[in-house]
Amino acid sequence: MRTTTPPLLTSVQLARFVSHGYLRMDAVVPDEMNQEALKLLPHGMPGVPYGTQIADAYPEGSFPRRLLELPAVAGALQALVGPSPTVDHHAVHVREPHEGHAQALHGDAIIDVRPDAFDVQLMYYPQRVSPDMGGTLVVPGSHLRRTNESDTGRYQNLRGQTRLVCPAGTVLLLHHGIWHGGRRNDSDLRRYMFKIRFNPTVPQVRLWDTTGMADPEVAAELGRYFPWYETATARLEIYNRVLLWRALTGDPSFDIEHWVTRVTNRPGQRSHA
Amino acid sequence: MTLRQQVLVLYLANSALDSHVVGWSRYDGTGASQPTTGDSDEPPYPDGVAALRDGWRLIQASQLLPPQPGVEYGTSFLKHEFFFEKLSQDSSTLE
Repeated sequence: MRTTTPPLLTSVQLARFVSHGYLRMDAVVPDEMNQEALKLLPHGMPGVPYGTQIADAYPEGSFPRRLLELPAVAGALQALVGPSPTVDHHAVHVREPHEGHAQALHGDAIIDVRPDAFDVQLMYYPQRVSPDMGGTLVVPGSHLRRTNESDTGRYQNLRGQTRLVCPAGTVLLLHHGIWHGGRRNDSDLRRYMFKIRFNPTVPQVRLWDTTGMADPEVAAELGRYFPWYETATARLEIYNRVLLWRALTGDPSFDIEHWVTRVTNRPGQRSHA
Repeated sequence: MTLRQQVLVLYLANSALDSHVVGWSRYDGTGASQPTTGDSDEPPYPDGVAALRDGWRLIQASQLLPPQPGVEYGTSFLKHEFFFEKLSQDSSTLE
């Protein structure tokens, strides 16, 4: 589908995705495409069967296909879900002006605790999102929490949450487990977002530009604390990131501050052969 | 006059009521405000005791439960949840 090699994510960017649960790319979609999207999205996008190959879901030259062929988008997707993900589903989301309420904080689909695979959701914002337009609420570092859909609805605000404000043409790529929700739109404008969920079809191991694996920023990202974490649970978050990083790199010895190594050290279980 | 309940939920950094706030929610039975998801970035109080000092009454605190065997390292809901209430007299709703 592509004729040139897109720029892959770096190891630090991948580590940032593992800690935050999402990657944000501001204004990566050119304005002429944003204008085109604002004409298309009000009419919706025809659905595709679950698990459809991108080439079959989106014909050459179609808007979604051109969106996915933008080098920054193509490279990031390839780094996260590999070269040939399938389309789970897509949807046009609209926040109506002065609608008076927000979505409950939720994770999409159902609880999904796969330790060695993840889906990625692309969220594309074709228009500038100002603070009063109800930009998506995203909770950094929430993606590894084991909760089911909107059972988190009781949580209205968490320290360090991000209330999306962005230029037109911004794309988010999110881990399937991230806590998020459309906020109340207090503006006079309809706010559009186009979402596509991708399923990987290859093992998600070292799919990015791995030349910077030893960069100290990798460990710094994976050890990051977020303001909404409880003191004790924050350590478990890092423990779980270590496990995910081990799966993504194929390196079973990787650790941050000995968190996993310490509690899996069982000399009595080792072979005496 | 009718009493109306206002509810404040604070999520704290540990199980102590004087630990700092990491999350918060509000529900207003008076109808004077319509709190909702993602409506503020700063908590109403720095810790749970600050809410007591401002007149909120603690009505429920989450239990301390041991981790379930086999999933001790799993993370899920916030653990340290404290419910507070204030009762407000609403003179406009005479019965």
